[in-house]
Amino acid sequence: MRLSYPDSIRIIRLPCTGKVDVIHIMEAFEKGADGVYVAGCLDGECHYLTGNLRAKKRVEYAKKLLDEIGIGGERLEMYNIAASDGPRFAVVAKEMHEKIKTMGPSPIREAIARKKAA
Amino acid sequence: MIVAERKPIDEIRAFIENCKKILLVGCNECVTVCYAGGKKEVEILASALKMAFMKEGKELEITEVTLERQCDHEYLEEIRSIIGEHEAVISLACGVGVQFMAEKYPQVPIFPGVNTLFMGVTEEKGVWTERCQGCGQCILGQTAGICPISRCAKRLLNGPCGGSTKGKCEINPELDCAWQLIIDRLKELDKLDDYDKLVPIKDWSTERAGGPRKVVREDLK
Repeated sequence: MRLSYPDSIRIIRLPCTGKVDVIHIMEAFEKGADGVYVAGCLDGECHYLTGNLRAKKRVEYAKKLLDEIGIGGERLEMYNIAASDGPRFAVVAKEMHEKIKTMGPSPIREAIARKKAA
Repeated sequence: MIVAERKPIDEIRAFIENCKKILLVGCNECVTVCYAGGKKEVEILASALKMAFMKEGKELEITEVTLERQCDHEYLEEIRSIIGEHEAVISLACGVGVQFMAEKYPQVPIFPGVNTLFMGVTEEKGVWTERCQGCGQCILGQTAGICPISRCAKRLLNGPCGGSTKGKCEINPELDCAWQLIIDRLKELDKLDDYDKLVPIKDWSTERAGGPRKVVREDLK
């Protein structure tokens, strides 16, 4: 297939999106990630039955937290992509990359950069 | 269990606006079960607060600790050696834990990270409802195990009011009428005759209305 997707994206592999916890998402932002998206299996097709549904709810909660602290919940998204759907994976990666690029760097990344420069 | 929920981050942040180093203390009991102040919530709140400070160009160092309980001397003692290194403490325990810590460590400002709500049950994952108001004189034996003090908006003791419609309370169409539940359960238990027995006027002095309460067990002192 040899599809390409933006090199700004770092993949963190997990056995299931049900493993994703709010703290994992928060720590990604704390370390300066401009955006995070969770790519789970399609609804109803979780190998562990409800992992992707749990992830979706946790993402929603983390979005609210990010809004509360002024980082912006829209920097975080949940996508459902079939494990075999490479083309869709590449499309989503590009979509998220463009969205975050338009939003600009996260205020935390900027704060980290300011600290390093000082 | 005592049910609580996290305060808004802005409210918590305002407590510690001028601090550089704080202690964030969770509790392993009730607030862990209702996902408001356990180890996980300590981690998440610490991360959120740090980011909120970073965004404003400030730095905040947070020591994270989760105690077995915050309502007992022995567990609160565990932070004695480190509490003094911090400018303030945010406790994610219920109001009991926050107060007991403040009593024990008068030199350090202690702030609540949660709003303490009620004594209740986990009806289903993510849903908690009130069951007890600690009135000091339990009448569950007469009311089929359903408490009209905590579950009836008017705390009625002898049957429902006129606001009970189709088993629901007039204050909220989703709220069960406690007395409807009691009558239904008495029927199931074949004890509907108990419904006719008048419950005498309740002595409210054992409730909060009688002032802060105290229990002393000489045999345990």
